[in-house]
Amino acid sequence: MTRAVAALGRGVLAGFTYLGGVSRLTKETLYWTFVAPMRGKGLRWKSSVQQMVVVGVNCLPIVMTIGFFVGLILALQGANELKRFGAIRFVVDLVAVTMTRELGPLITAIIVTGRSGSAFAAELGTMRVSEEIDALQTMGLNPTKFLVVPKLLATLFMLPCLTIASDFSGILGCMAFSIWEIGMSATTYFSAVRDALILNDIYTGLVKSLVFALVITKVGCFEGMQVSGGAEGVGKATTASVVKSIFLIIIADLIFTSIFYYF
Amino acid sequence: MNEERNACTIQVKNLVTHYGSRKILNGVNLDILTGETMVILGRSGCGKSTLLRHLIGLQRPSSGEIFINGQDITRMNDEQLNSIRTRMGVLFQGAALFNSMTIGDNVALPLQEHTRLNESTIQIMVRMKLSQVGLGGFEEYLPSQLSGGMKKRAGLARALAMDPEILFFDEPSAGLDPVVSASLDELILKLKKAFRMTIVVVTHEMASAFLIADRITLLDQGVVLASGSPEDIRASTHPKVQQFLQRKPEEASTDDQTYLEQLTK
Repeated sequence: MTRAVAALGRGVLAGFTYLGGVSRLTKETLYWTFVAPMRGKGLRWKSSVQQMVVVGVNCLPIVMTIGFFVGLILALQGANELKRFGAIRFVVDLVAVTMTRELGPLITAIIVTGRSGSAFAAELGTMRVSEEIDALQTMGLNPTKFLVVPKLLATLFMLPCLTIASDFSGILGCMAFSIWEIGMSATTYFSAVRDALILNDIYTGLVKSLVFALVITKVGCFEGMQVSGGAEGVGKATTASVVKSIFLIIIADLIFTSIFYYF
Repeated sequence: MNEERNACTIQVKNLVTHYGSRKILNGVNLDILTGETMVILGRSGCGKSTLLRHLIGLQRPSSGEIFINGQDITRMNDEQLNSIRTRMGVLFQGAALFNSMTIGDNVALPLQEHTRLNESTIQIMVRMKLSQVGLGGFEEYLPSQLSGGMKKRAGLARALAMDPEILFFDEPSAGLDPVVSASLDELILKLKKAFRMTIVVVTHEMASAFLIADRITLLDQGVVLASGSPEDIRASTHPKVQQFLQRKPEEASTDDQTYLEQLTK
């Protein structure tokens, strides 16, 4: 019994230590992203833009494809239920609102975690193992400024963009269903979407995607920086970064969705 | 007293450090004089790499002080430490080149970040540094396209980029065949003659230690066993020093010198 309690306590402590480490890195990164440039310490624009291409532009096809299919699946599932009430047209509202408020941001964040969060962890982990991070430090260059800030800027900027792309292709997925199954025209479909959505739906989704971007970068980079013990360590860190960031994304999603629900 | 401190580039006083609860360094005292080549010699696991990590400010000790040019680096904040770091160069065990950048960009990076030189001047300096280490014309290569010895040379060029006052080497011969590592020793000797900088080498290679050192410090289980010129070390009667030396037969160490000279001709 005591052993179980002790194990629980150790687990909770380890969890808090982890969160502490992540938030220290977050604090330092935010300093180097927003405060230090004001004090004339500069920002690495070139590598930020490179990261934007890798994180954002290269991710666009997969985000749009998956978004389209998710919209279509949602329409098929929803229509099945709605048909029984003779309200099949409301499938448009269902998909438009669910995609923009919830699934667009969430699915995009999960794709980006798998694609870029793991890449951050692997990249920084390899640099840690091959002493490249030590080398940066001994050259008097701050690894956070050099390596983490460009990734944060890129993800913060690109995740909302990708989310919009995902929302839009989800709605296109539903359009395919509506035209083919309900026999709507494209014009009627889009005016139905416009009636269904309010601007707030899109805003809340974008706010969430900013938070998700923070989680993905921080967890990925923190895991990478923490690596010890060679190639195996890099592999473990990569796996851990994906698992932990998906978990934290869901938690953050829950918190923000409840905030939006009550306020 | 004051003069004495000026003559010492690095002073380590009572350095104690732990990994978890395990004591790695147990009261290390060490003076490194300006312009000398100090070799820190010891078996694997004796704490010599840990000592190096402290000297370059990558780790903070549990207690004790490290003075570099009279300033205690164990109590500095990052900004002060960085200004000291721009005056030192470090060659890591695996060279630690940035794999995503070309050799030229690797060498240029510290210059771009710490100086206001324009790009064409930097390119000229990069070419100069690379030809100093015998890698002229390799600017556009990626680290993955170079051999182990060439990587070390490129890492050395990067360490030299800012014309450091102190140069640190972590196991310069690790992972290299004897010929290449002998030529690296030769390069260290050449730099020593040409630039008169303070050089600190951490190694377990006896042959190269006796070849390049002005003074040798023998480290064992976290304490300094002996410190002095190569002759002093060889003449030491301390049983552990002798044990370390006799891992190779006594006369082999002199043979090593002629052997290395043969190879590097």
